[in-house]
Amino acid sequence: MNVPTMAEMMAQGKQPEVLFWVGAAGSYDDRAKKITRAFVKILQMANVDFAVLGTEESSTGDAAKRAGNEFLFQMQAMTNIEVLNAYEVKTIVTCDPHSFNTFKNEYPGLGGKYEVYHHTQFISKLITDNRLTIDDVNLKGKRLTYHDPCYLGRANDVYETPRELIRRLGVKMTEMKRHKSTALCCGAGGAQMFKEPEKGDKDINVLRTEDALETNPQIIATGCPYCNTMMTDGVKFKEKEAQIEVKDIAELIAEANNL
Amino acid sequence: MEKYLPNIFFALILIAGIGYFTMNVRKLIRNIKLGKDIDRNDRKPERFKNMAKIALGQYKMVRRPLSGILHIIVYVGFILINIELLEIVIDGLFGTHRVFQPVLGDAIYGFLIGNFEVLAALVLVAVIIFWLRRNVEKVKRFWNKEMTGWPKKDGNIILYFEMVLMSLFLIMNATDIHFQEAGVGNVISQFIAPWFDGYSAETIHAIEKTAWWLHIVGILIFLNYLYFSKHLHILLAFPNTYFANLNPKGQFTNLEAVTKEVKMMMDPDADPYAMPEEGAEDEVPEKFGASDVTDLNWVQLMNAYTCTECGRCTSSCPANLTGKELSPRAIMMKTRDRLEEVGKNIDANGGEFKDDGKQLLNDYISPEELWACTSCNACVQECPIGIDPLSIIMDMRRYLVMEESAAPQELNMMMTNIENNGAPWQYSQQDRLNWKDEN
Repeated sequence: MNVPTMAEMMAQGKQPEVLFWVGAAGSYDDRAKKITRAFVKILQMANVDFAVLGTEESSTGDAAKRAGNEFLFQMQAMTNIEVLNAYEVKTIVTCDPHSFNTFKNEYPGLGGKYEVYHHTQFISKLITDNRLTIDDVNLKGKRLTYHDPCYLGRANDVYETPRELIRRLGVKMTEMKRHKSTALCCGAGGAQMFKEPEKGDKDINVLRTEDALETNPQIIATGCPYCNTMMTDGVKFKEKEAQIEVKDIAELIAEANNL
Repeated sequence: MEKYLPNIFFALILIAGIGYFTMNVRKLIRNIKLGKDIDRNDRKPERFKNMAKIALGQYKMVRRPLSGILHIIVYVGFILINIELLEIVIDGLFGTHRVFQPVLGDAIYGFLIGNFEVLAALVLVAVIIFWLRRNVEKVKRFWNKEMTGWPKKDGNIILYFEMVLMSLFLIMNATDIHFQEAGVGNVISQFIAPWFDGYSAETIHAIEKTAWWLHIVGILIFLNYLYFSKHLHILLAFPNTYFANLNPKGQFTNLEAVTKEVKMMMDPDADPYAMPEEGAEDEVPEKFGASDVTDLNWVQLMNAYTCTECGRCTSSCPANLTGKELSPRAIMMKTRDRLEEVGKNIDANGGEFKDDGKQLLNDYISPEELWACTSCNACVQECPIGIDPLSIIMDMRRYLVMEESAAPQELNMMMTNIENNGAPWQYSQQDRLNWKDEN
């Protein structure tokens, strides 16, 4: 895949239109890397002039902040801001709602002011600007339900954009009982992704998967690599992995467009 | 002189009732001010709009339609019927009887009282349904583990108060012979009046007087009950929605004290051996995060007093729904309990807090509760009056991590990885771009 880095761009004296912040999951997690690649294919299809930081990218510090380590968060944030500002980055897009949230809401107070997009918002903008169309043949009629990531939904009130993209796929979307502002968390937020849950009678991702199963879906769509992991595990726990796929919206669009 | 005894007695109980309430309100304000300062005086138009929409307009109540609509009936009834209180107070002080009737004329007076009667009847019905939901249907959120003992009793006492007050209001009208004869505004009470048909005029009059007195005394007792009850929300919902957070819910505060230190650490020109500034060594270093109520800000403390323990937060909390210790409602209740304890300590020690060896953390809220939170904001979203339990959870996590290094082991590993290789997992930063050549 041809993925230019900011350093390479700078060496050629070029400034890309947008920085794609890949994030830790998107860079290292085998499942999330597929989302990353799908999104890159979409960017390439729409001829978006983008670059990544590559080895200069580091943790946003979001997980540390939610865990209560404000020191580590601000160290990470200020280091990242130095790098981003050195490259004169103006616009950031990311597939991770947690990075999206912290860039959009928490970095400005520390001197990092950027126009920040979640990838669903960016794709939506590409469509509005007539740079991308979504083909509704490949996924036509498939039963799909959408799980709202907390840091996209409640945290930033982005509910409609992902749904508008899904509608373009030609699928048959059924909402879960708890959706949009009443959506149940997948269980990964607040740094839970990185620890065992506290003692209880059930795992949160299993409960959320049960919400999804009530809609009898073939596809559970989401817009967050961590939600993806949790829902995938939930589907496996329910032994439904043969019937149900958990997919990011970017992957679905790539599939719809034969990318 | 004897003729004025009722008037004097009325004035005295009115003064006592309002006086004791005022004293407790001052205590309440004092306790809230024990919290740290936070600026919530910006964006005033937005704040007024929030208050008008959420507190006055009950906008978020109807997210749950049944309890929402019933609540609006009680709320509207409560506010409007209290207009009648003005007449009751004037009548009580000056020995008049239905002083507004001749002033407003039968048509208007009848219209007002008629509406009050309808509302009173509706409130009575709504409150009975509330009682049934709590005690017979046993709606789950009223039966969580924190809803035993006083909180459970408190919920029912409030409902009994309202049932009794509304009944007294209707009985008072039903036994007012002149009022019934005039036939204006007795929309509901005309159906209650026949119950008293067998009694003599004196007895009916005595019942009317008794109902009248019990009604006003009941209202004064109820007013003074507020401070000790979850029912404080009828007053605090207004400032609480006005001063609520207006930023996106995902935006957590950046601790300023940390910013200063991090900037200093990252400044290449900073002299690590520099002497602290004159006088700086006397300053108590700021505590990071919160381990007790006085480390929280005053809005968080006001939140605690405002909480009416409806449990909408807890019933939507993913941790609570899956059997974890955490309940956002309990976080608010425990914060209020500890704050009350600190307030009483101050009262008992002549205005100074004397260390009691206790704090909010561990003595009230356990780390297990705090670590179960997914920061999903469902509790904040669901609260009908803008309470933010998540901010308290986060401030306490900050204390655990930054002051006590007491994060769960796996989180310590995650943070060590971020420090060492810029990712929560132990992967080399040099491998960040490997995905582009994989398939």
